[in-house]
Amino acid sequence: MSKKKIVHPYIPNSVPEIKAEMLEVIGAKDIEELYEDIPEELRFRDEMNLPEPFPSEYDLSRHVEQILSKNQTCQENISFLGGDCWQHYVPAICDEINQRSEFLTAYAGEPYEDHGRFQTLFEYASMMGELLEMDVVNVPTYDWGQAASTSIRMAARITGRTEILISKTISPDRLSIIKNYCKPVVTIKQVEYDPSTGKLDLDDLKSKISAKTAGIYFENPSYLGCIEDQGQIISDIAHSHGALSLVGTDPISLGVLVPPSNYGADIVCGDIQSLGMHMQFGGGLAGFIATRDEERFVTEYPSRLFGITTTAVEGEHGFGDVTYDRTSFHDRIEGKEFIGTAAALWGITAGVYLALVGPHGIQELGQLILQKSQYAMKKLSELQGIRIPFNQSSHFKEFVLDLSETGKEVNKINKFLLEKNIFGGKDISDEFPELGNCAVYCITEIHTKDDIDSLVQALDECLNEGGDRQ
Amino acid sequence: MKKIGLIINPIAGMGGKVGLKGTDGATILSQAKKLGAEQISPERTIGALKRLVFLKDEIELITYPGEMGGDVSKQCGFNPRVIGTITEDNTTADDTKQAAKELCNLQIDLLLFSGGDGTARDICEVIGDKIVVLGIPTGVKMHSAVYAHNPIRAGDLAVLYLQGKVKALKEAEVMDIDEEAFRSGYISAKLYGYLTIPFEERHTQGLKTGSPPTESYSQEAIAQEIVDSMDDDHLYIIGPGTTTKSVMEKLNLRYSLLGVDVIYRKKLIEVDLNEKKLLEQIKEKKAKIIITPIGGQGFLFGRGNQQLSPKVIRRVGKDNIIVIATKHKINSLNGRPFLIDTGDNQLDLLLQGYTAVITGYHERVMYKIDL
Amino acid sequence: MNKQTKNFHQAKWDEPVIFELSNKGERGILFSEIEQEIEELIGDGFSKLPKNMIRQKPPNLPELSQMRVLKHYLRLSQQTLGADFNVDIGQGTCTMKYSPKINEKLASSLKLTALHPAQDEITVQGILEIIYKLDLFLREISGLDKFTFQPGGGSQAILGMASVIQAYHDSKGESEQRDEIITTMFSHPSDAAAPNVKGYKVINIYPNEDGLPDVEALEKAVSNRTAGLLITNPEDTGIFNPKIKEFTRIVHEAGGVCGYDQANANGILGITRAKDADFDLCFFNLHKTFSSPHGCGGPATGAFGVTDKFIKYLPVPLVEFDKDKYYFNYNVSNSIGKVRSFYGVVPAILKAYSWIMSLGNEGLKEVSQIAVLNNNYLLKKVLEIRGASAPYAKGRHRIEQVRYSWENLYNETGVTTEDITCRMADFGFHMWSSHHPFIVPQPFTLEPTESYSKAEIDEYIAGLKRVVEEAYENPELVKSAPHRSVIHKINTEALDDPAKWAITWRAYLKKKQK
Repeated sequence: MSKKKIVHPYIPNSVPEIKAEMLEVIGAKDIEELYEDIPEELRFRDEMNLPEPFPSEYDLSRHVEQILSKNQTCQENISFLGGDCWQHYVPAICDEINQRSEFLTAYAGEPYEDHGRFQTLFEYASMMGELLEMDVVNVPTYDWGQAASTSIRMAARITGRTEILISKTISPDRLSIIKNYCKPVVTIKQVEYDPSTGKLDLDDLKSKISAKTAGIYFENPSYLGCIEDQGQIISDIAHSHGALSLVGTDPISLGVLVPPSNYGADIVCGDIQSLGMHMQFGGGLAGFIATRDEERFVTEYPSRLFGITTTAVEGEHGFGDVTYDRTSFHDRIEGKEFIGTAAALWGITAGVYLALVGPHGIQELGQLILQKSQYAMKKLSELQGIRIPFNQSSHFKEFVLDLSETGKEVNKINKFLLEKNIFGGKDISDEFPELGNCAVYCITEIHTKDDIDSLVQALDECLNEGGDRQ
Repeated sequence: MKKIGLIINPIAGMGGKVGLKGTDGATILSQAKKLGAEQISPERTIGALKRLVFLKDEIELITYPGEMGGDVSKQCGFNPRVIGTITEDNTTADDTKQAAKELCNLQIDLLLFSGGDGTARDICEVIGDKIVVLGIPTGVKMHSAVYAHNPIRAGDLAVLYLQGKVKALKEAEVMDIDEEAFRSGYISAKLYGYLTIPFEERHTQGLKTGSPPTESYSQEAIAQEIVDSMDDDHLYIIGPGTTTKSVMEKLNLRYSLLGVDVIYRKKLIEVDLNEKKLLEQIKEKKAKIIITPIGGQGFLFGRGNQQLSPKVIRRVGKDNIIVIATKHKINSLNGRPFLIDTGDNQLDLLLQGYTAVITGYHERVMYKIDL
Repeated sequence: MNKQTKNFHQAKWDEPVIFELSNKGERGILFSEIEQEIEELIGDGFSKLPKNMIRQKPPNLPELSQMRVLKHYLRLSQQTLGADFNVDIGQGTCTMKYSPKINEKLASSLKLTALHPAQDEITVQGILEIIYKLDLFLREISGLDKFTFQPGGGSQAILGMASVIQAYHDSKGESEQRDEIITTMFSHPSDAAAPNVKGYKVINIYPNEDGLPDVEALEKAVSNRTAGLLITNPEDTGIFNPKIKEFTRIVHEAGGVCGYDQANANGILGITRAKDADFDLCFFNLHKTFSSPHGCGGPATGAFGVTDKFIKYLPVPLVEFDKDKYYFNYNVSNSIGKVRSFYGVVPAILKAYSWIMSLGNEGLKEVSQIAVLNNNYLLKKVLEIRGASAPYAKGRHRIEQVRYSWENLYNETGVTTEDITCRMADFGFHMWSSHHPFIVPQPFTLEPTESYSKAEIDEYIAGLKRVVEEAYENPELVKSAPHRSVIHKINTEALDDPAKWAITWRAYLKKKQK
């Protein structure tokens, strides 16, 4: 940086004359005087060791782009990665809307100047409500992990119990979030899955559920990709013990799959990243929580809930916070859990997405994914040495591929695929050691038959033609 | 149509400006008049009525004649229904009580009354918790928590209540001090009871006018915290007040709202003990005192709970005093510390400083006690 | 011209709820047709599903053609007053500064948006470099030794701090005994609420006459049950606690851990650091101090930093550099696990990185100094307004914001903060009150940041003055506001009544029928 004193474009009152004028109004001789309350022993008098900056926007942009250019993306390669973050098509209008200055830079305005923010988030919740067939949906929280954690804490408060049962097929990342969030207030017990189907082991559930159980939490489709068709039985078991049924789900599957409310779920949660958010290296996640419209549920949400109401003018819709007093903004301790900045913009975007796809689009999309993933499973299972462990169950977009019999580790195979510009499935051999050398593959509507065929061909090459060059 | 009652104690506040510490009783009144005191209560009442007057076609204002309400009501543009009779320039506490009784019988929705602590006592005696009331502060002594901060606020709160925008209610203390003793420099405050007033959330938050967390919700949380932490080794001396009452309710025990009760191992030992009985109880046993600040001024000791005498407090020990209060109550002190006036200066000095006040479940506030 | 209020009127489209716009058969977007070969081999895809899991009826989503969806949302956007449009100094504590557009452009690059978090490390060296270097920057700014960007907001970062405190005492076998967290009333509500989620009892220190917590109060509050201190400084009043180092000393001596809530750091970058006050933990909000936009309430990032001693408790993975490449480190011995999936809100990390790279050491200090200058100028001007006051620290300067009070105005006119907020909306301004605790009566909190010119600040002040004049002359005008906003005063009663509230359109229709 040149030594000449600049007026930075982000700081208008750096102009010396303005500075002087303002100091005069204040009655201070310099800005230093304004820091009078900070004792000298706390003052940092050094320079922060930061790189020379790029005050020129062009220089800055070149600098950052140059770093970013080192990345290889799912756009430049064919990716089969899934597991809590998915590559779906993002309609252009989703980006158009979430990059609007109005939505991008608004924050916490009142129902008047920010009427649009309230209405879009109400509409988002309403469309999610249709997809989920539930009457209450929150303003999004951080991610699925937080949504599941809060669902569990809500169940604990509603039932007055402190033990939760969680299916072992849950995403390990999510379980880690839940464990930290629940400790030490709610105890977690895990329920086994059937090794042949990937579905919940009902006997194990029955042996573990008790009068202490606040709820049973399972995911559908699960992290391992299996569709759980015993939902109603699980919910019935929970209810017969006075516990709640909590279900995590991927909302994009609900054009073709029955929503959890139809098989007894009391609290439903999940992530809306699939509904119009770019992956952004995991930055596009946002969690939802949904329940029936019963006071005992509504009053236990920590999140903002936007409701529709009337105004002083006949026929005008207005929006506002429903039962704001629940929140920690209203009372720091008696409020439920806590509330802060989370992921509202992604909620608005998911609303745009649902409005675009409509009832038929979401169904066609689901069907497309079913067909493509089934095609991929079929083709892959024909390869020598590859097994699909939960073959007897049905899947939506993800499935486990067991590569144990190939004698090659998943990460070796993925290195090979990478050279072919393919990102292989997510390695879960550490997360689920009992399954052996496995990966979760994800197929969505963005994959063409050619993409899948290239994967099959590359894998074939890797496994059967001695292609492991590592 | 909603019905609102109005009672003005016209002589309230007259003693103040001329240096008398109150205006209770005929002798003092005539003394005040001799000193040149003029009526201020009706004039101050106008401040409140003006806030209400835009509702005049939607509410029925019922009041007593002349200086007890009729005059200023008309002056403000109301068309009041005037009941009862009085002797102008010679109204007494009996007139206040009579008016309260008649208005109560008319099943009014809200009673506004202007006066000070003496007036509140008179109203309390007749009305109890039968109807919702609100005090317009016009008196000299203002220890009772039934009064709005000023007449304008009283008017505004009345409007919100009549419009249904404020629904929550709270029980507010009626306190009074012995004026004779006060004049001779000794304060002896007594808690006379509670009146039901609209609950005003003074500290508005955003555009949400919805129900504030009711006092009873907070009190319940405090009671839970107290009950959870009770041990079997101590007697618990429960001071007066609605917050301490909730502890007794949580334990399903009988209690005296205005008195001091004692429990042991969550069982009632005795209700409404005086100093002597308290000292007997704690002679052999370790004890803890659970108290809540009384009234709008935040007295912990020395107002309304004199049974908890210096002897009792010393015997129990400073570390065994558990202070409980809702956050609303603390915030309503506007940053002023809790006060103590046990009558024993040494003890007061010992008790002053910060204390951990239980304000909810798993929640405490460090708050200052001062002299 | 500058000093006058604008003859503003917000856009008003009378835009219906989207379901009311639905027209059967319209389509917003189409997806690819299934390839014939796949269909021939697989069939319709449903045959493999269990019968009871097939959704029979499509969800009742609205049906709109593409441009109608666009138009609906564009209209709703116009009915939202983003910070880019107004002089957004009325949302104190939230640091509504300029979010540079270049950073939005950079974050929209496919080189970021099309990255999957489980990609091989060698394919994401660019973004890991940015994450790592931002960590280095924040170490310089705070003096602490390692940062994670996993928390998706300030409150989640506070949860992270509370979790690390718990893990630390766990490792010493003291976590059951140490079950109390101390904070102050003017710290953010989450400093009390988040530890409460972790099972902690919370002790709030009430401010003294100067608006600050007393050392004496802290001394009374600490004991062998103290797990830690979570404290904001400067507090939400904009007053810097000069005894903050004594606070950390007292808590450390009692065996507690000290966490610095630096959500209000915009006035102290390069001026004073967490390290200088002996804090063990701290966090910054990238969406506040470091310019990432607020997005109507997220996505956001609470950048969470610790001293060496506490690195082993941080959530995994940490991003490290071995002089050759950047990599994820999952080998964190006492890690609390995770607080959010993956590595946080990565676009916010990129934007903060880019913002700091535009400013550098001197630029950051200038940001803080001008933020403080603007604030004290505003303070001076606001105090000249009838009915306004700034409780505590009379005659002192403040750091980056002030919590003011309309109590005098209210006493004199009956006009509340809420009323003024509504009327300010009529001039295209936002004015926020405060969150819990409601200690300051009729509060409002202003934070002008470094982003607004003197002329804009003057314009805001003119807005306040005008509304106050109206409050004295014609209070009904203010009380019945807004008059020039999108809508009129809402009926809030229905929002608290289970029989009436409607959080979704389907609930609304059901209740309307009844």
